[in-house]
Amino acid sequence: MQVTITVNGSAETHEVEPRLLLVHFIREKAGLRGTHWGCDTSNCGTCVVWLDGKPVKSCTVFAAMADGHEVRTVEGLEQGGQLDPVQEGFMECHGLQCGFCTPGMLMTARALLDANPDPSEHEIREAISGQLCRCTGYENIVRSVRWAAEKEASGPVTESEKPVEATA
Amino acid sequence: MQVPAPFTYERATSVEHAIELLGQLGPEARVVAGGHSLIPMMKLRLARPDALVDINALGAELGQIRVDGTDLVIGALTRHADLLRSAVAGEHFPIFHDAEKVIADPVVRNFGTVGGSLCQADPAEDLSAVFAAVDAVAVLRGPGGVRQVPVRELHIGPYETVLAPDELLIELRVRIRPGGGSAYEKVERRVGDYAVAAGGAAIWLDGDTVSGAGIGLTAVGAEHFAAPEAEAALVGQPATDESFRAAGRIAADNCNPTADQRGPVDYKRHLAAELTTRALRRAAARARGQEA
Repeated sequence: MQVTITVNGSAETHEVEPRLLLVHFIREKAGLRGTHWGCDTSNCGTCVVWLDGKPVKSCTVFAAMADGHEVRTVEGLEQGGQLDPVQEGFMECHGLQCGFCTPGMLMTARALLDANPDPSEHEIREAISGQLCRCTGYENIVRSVRWAAEKEASGPVTESEKPVEATA
Repeated sequence: MQVPAPFTYERATSVEHAIELLGQLGPEARVVAGGHSLIPMMKLRLARPDALVDINALGAELGQIRVDGTDLVIGALTRHADLLRSAVAGEHFPIFHDAEKVIADPVVRNFGTVGGSLCQADPAEDLSAVFAAVDAVAVLRGPGGVRQVPVRELHIGPYETVLAPDELLIELRVRIRPGGGSAYEKVERRVGDYAVAAGGAAIWLDGDTVSGAGIGLTAVGAEHFAAPEAEAALVGQPATDESFRAAGRIAADNCNPTADQRGPVDYKRHLAAELTTRALRRAAARARGQEA
């Protein structure tokens, strides 16, 4: 069957078997390898992408079920060459260790901050409870998400707020 | 990579169309909504349907939560996350929020559905016990029309329901009665796991006397996920801790847990008693307005 899925804004039309999973459509058909797949049983959360704006485990959705729908993957977080604050947070606070769970963590964290811009540590831990980090690096992941929340709360730095450079 | 066996995929555009497709495709076709129980089973080849009928496009018909007269109505295609967020469901039956907080994990709850949980008929499924506790009615629709089946008669065994192959679960109806409270208590090994055991309670008080009670149990081999002997013993009794503990003991005596990787029989029976007692205590506190 032929399916068309809009991935990060571009329509991807491919001939697929009905049993092809969305995660494999994204990786093999759309050629976007940022979405990882791990446990294959909906437990680990590394395959999380957004389907119509909501995080889902793409190893448990058939590509056929996403036909005509919108998917956003980790490659779609960066906008116009600017990293998403959540991506920056993971860099600043060492939220990556081996990095395998990172794409799913980023997608879930971005959705959390969209719904709740000022989450408590408990709320962050609850939101990522379906995401397993095999390095057990949760402390820094939680810090990374908080970093992003704080950066977004402080807003973009305007010209008048920039430190005045000393002139000779 | 785990790959399901091949199947034919059809997308339903209306409830009528879904029923028509199920009729055409025969008894080896399955309905897929969230798919979070079915698809892992298909990957493991524990389920091998010939065809899938995707009902995800029927949200407008099947995805609503509303009050209709004296009933709270929950559409079969309601996502777990939406039931967790629903103010109207939480206001009338806080048990739904208690349970939804501990069903799978937040990402799974975005796609998994209420109807899918009930129709999967997993013996350790949470919502079956919840809907048994509040004594809900399931509305089924087939080619011949609509029929209503009490949730306590919906399941006829593990992974088996009374639904005909060409019938679709449309919605769940729960009668709203004044003076009630409800709660759900679950013990799980880790986030997202099925229960080791869980107990749900709905209670109605007439002053300090229990005028009505519903008790649901999951993962402990309770027939129809319910504990009717404990309910019968509770009605007419004072709403005290002693009565709740007695009801918990009766519920535990009348269930039939099996030993597995989640624990031995004695532990599960102990949990059945304790969680029933706690759920009743919390439901009663809510009925008295002592806990939101």
